[in-house]
Amino acid sequence: MNPISFVTQMIRIAIPYLFAASGGVVAERAGIVSLTLEGFMLSGAFAAVLGTNYSGSPWVGVLSGVLGGLIFALIHAVATIRYRADQVVVGVAINLLAIGVTRFFLKLFFASSSNSPRVAGFGGNINMAGFDNPLLWLGIIVAPVMAFVIYKTPFGLRVRAVGEHPDAAESVGVSVKRVRYAAVALSGMLAALGGVYLALDQHQFTDQMTAGRGFIAISAVIFGRWDPIRAALACLLFAAAETLQIQLQGSHAIPSQFIEMIPYALVIIALAGVVGRAIPPAALGRVED
Amino acid sequence: MISGAAPKSASVVPAIRMDGIDKSFGAIRANRGASVEVMPGEIHALVGENGAGKSTLMRILGGLMKPDSGHVEVNGRDVTGWSTNEAIAAGIGIVHQHFMLVPTLSVAENLVLGAEPKTRGIVLDYKHAADDVRKLSNETGLVIAPERLISDLSVGEAQRVEILKVLFRGARILVLDEPTAVLSPPEVRELWTVLRRLRDKGDTIVLITHRLDEVVEISNTITVMRAGQTVARVKTSATTPAEIARLMVGREVSLSAGKRVQPSGRPTGPPDKGLEARSLIVMGSRGIRVIDGVSFTVRPGEIFGIAGVEGNGQTELIEALAGLRPVFAGEILIDGADITRRSVAQRHDAGLSHIPEDRQRRGLILEYTVANNLILGVQKHFSSRGIIDSTRVMENAMQEISSFDIRPPNPVLTARSLSGGNQQKVVVAREMGREFSVLLASQPTRGVDVGAIEFIHQQLLDARAQGKAILLVSAELNEVLALSDRVAVMYRGKFAVVMPAAEASEEVLGEYMIGTKKGNTA
Repeated sequence: MNPISFVTQMIRIAIPYLFAASGGVVAERAGIVSLTLEGFMLSGAFAAVLGTNYSGSPWVGVLSGVLGGLIFALIHAVATIRYRADQVVVGVAINLLAIGVTRFFLKLFFASSSNSPRVAGFGGNINMAGFDNPLLWLGIIVAPVMAFVIYKTPFGLRVRAVGEHPDAAESVGVSVKRVRYAAVALSGMLAALGGVYLALDQHQFTDQMTAGRGFIAISAVIFGRWDPIRAALACLLFAAAETLQIQLQGSHAIPSQFIEMIPYALVIIALAGVVGRAIPPAALGRVED
Repeated sequence: MISGAAPKSASVVPAIRMDGIDKSFGAIRANRGASVEVMPGEIHALVGENGAGKSTLMRILGGLMKPDSGHVEVNGRDVTGWSTNEAIAAGIGIVHQHFMLVPTLSVAENLVLGAEPKTRGIVLDYKHAADDVRKLSNETGLVIAPERLISDLSVGEAQRVEILKVLFRGARILVLDEPTAVLSPPEVRELWTVLRRLRDKGDTIVLITHRLDEVVEISNTITVMRAGQTVARVKTSATTPAEIARLMVGREVSLSAGKRVQPSGRPTGPPDKGLEARSLIVMGSRGIRVIDGVSFTVRPGEIFGIAGVEGNGQTELIEALAGLRPVFAGEILIDGADITRRSVAQRHDAGLSHIPEDRQRRGLILEYTVANNLILGVQKHFSSRGIIDSTRVMENAMQEISSFDIRPPNPVLTARSLSGGNQQKVVVAREMGREFSVLLASQPTRGVDVGAIEFIHQQLLDARAQGKAILLVSAELNEVLALSDRVAVMYRGKFAVVMPAAEASEEVLGEYMIGTKKGNTA
């Protein structure tokens, strides 16, 4: 196994996780459950392909993809913040809605029930192994940037306060609702970038192409104990397990099914509290009056 | 002196003037034409029983809710129905009873939240924030390190941060809601010093409390509330605790928390009966010893009181004794029988009764009727072949309602619809209405009005006279002192001292409560 090809492949696999997990961290730190990452990613992926297809420019695709994630995030925010719906129930609904909506528009715009036509993407130089893609570099820096936002800016301080003790934040004049709207919107846009990367990297949209990556990202958020950097490291760990599984295909030393289980097994171990106890933001998922 | 509207002072504009305030929550009228007038530079006590409408009135002042009718003036300006931010901007600072601090943030972060200093446009300026906190600390004498996490602070320190927080926002009118409820006596004295210092530099302070000794000690003027109305406004120097109590309750009340039936130190029941704990060790949720080698006995006919600042292991001790928390090491005996590994139900059968500290969480099922709450845990005595006999349940309810004076006397109301005091009476009725030899009474009068306190205290004393062994845990030091034969002080999971109540005083116990003194625990 070539270590350089292992690392480059791992990073490419990790990018969608890194975007989505960063989005998950910011929403959950504000107290909103992020079961929706999968739906945000999927809508972002489709909107990116749509935008790229009609403009010919992947940059327009990035913008439309982010917009797609934002729209779904706002639906989620209005339902859970304004109408105080249960965040888990709405989250599941958002994910199902994203599958249905993308499938519907796939049929409408591209007359297909499985995939879009090929669209433009970034980079493509075979010698660069995907590292000539600006989205990849954005994905690499997104976690440190979000760590800065959460720990070093007034917005981040408010996000943390709102997710831990919304009454305290409200009592000093911080609008809990406004902070949560902003956090969910940011989360939708970040997660959408994960989907955008995925779609443009494959130069097309395929039905349900995110294939559970949003849920892996949520696991990384929990595994990383709601810290952007630790969550990013968890993303890399999961990506490494996946890379290992791909590279071990064909070798019969370990059945690949077992290797495929590694990320999920890690999540269960993490949630069971083996690797330090995960203490979520105190107000996570709580419906505010 | 007794009037709806407060008298108008001729020359000085009141710092706060609230006039004819009405506020309803559904069918409950929290404020009914309440009027308060607070002069600048005074400490004004707002007293009344729980549910009298004090907090509602102050929440209206702070812009947290809007009055249905009535006027609010601050420094002569009509500010009726203003917002939280407007109130903060006008210098109103409310120190809430339940701390409004984010436990995972530092002191400085909590202080600047909502008004953060910035550098380069978007970056939070931590250094600036910490410097501001230190400066304010020095000015006020409220010393606290800005970088400490709130979750690492003691309750007294957290309260210091609360006060700093409102001062940081430029508050000149401070409202403190039951500030001493969670403090030890030395911390209370420290708070008084701070409040006097603030008053002397011209700040106005409103103190919400139901503790009369505090009112008399610290305030200049008193407004008494009862059932949503302001019933009196008096100069502190011109009144007495007895008069204030009468105004609060609307009738004469006995202020000493129950009389001793017998002097302490009298011979108690046989030593092998009652409750005994031997070298008890209990682990907390974080894997540390929250109870670290505690031994004691409570004999029949004795009340053994445990005092201490909350969070020193009292909750866990009671839970371990009641069977709600596993015992790591040591033994628990009831009437000589080892029950350490017994279930809650088996302990009940062995004669253990338990009045839990949190009636809403552990004591009652709020959605159940009073009648059903009264048979929780003893339901098998009210059923035959697995079916509950509702006639007997109702008979039992009517009997307990009358003997424990539960109001309103309606067994089919849900527990939720009762006042705190009456909810507590339901718990007390259930736990003391059945056969028992040992009673764990944890915060038995917390959040209960003066009348119900009197009643519950009498129940405890009666049970003691009947030869029950009673373990009393209370945050109210005077309650522990008045009822107990012997008292212990819990400090960091151990008994700092055990002594006859006759030799104890608030001052003496206070020293042990904050750990400055250690003593004999035999």
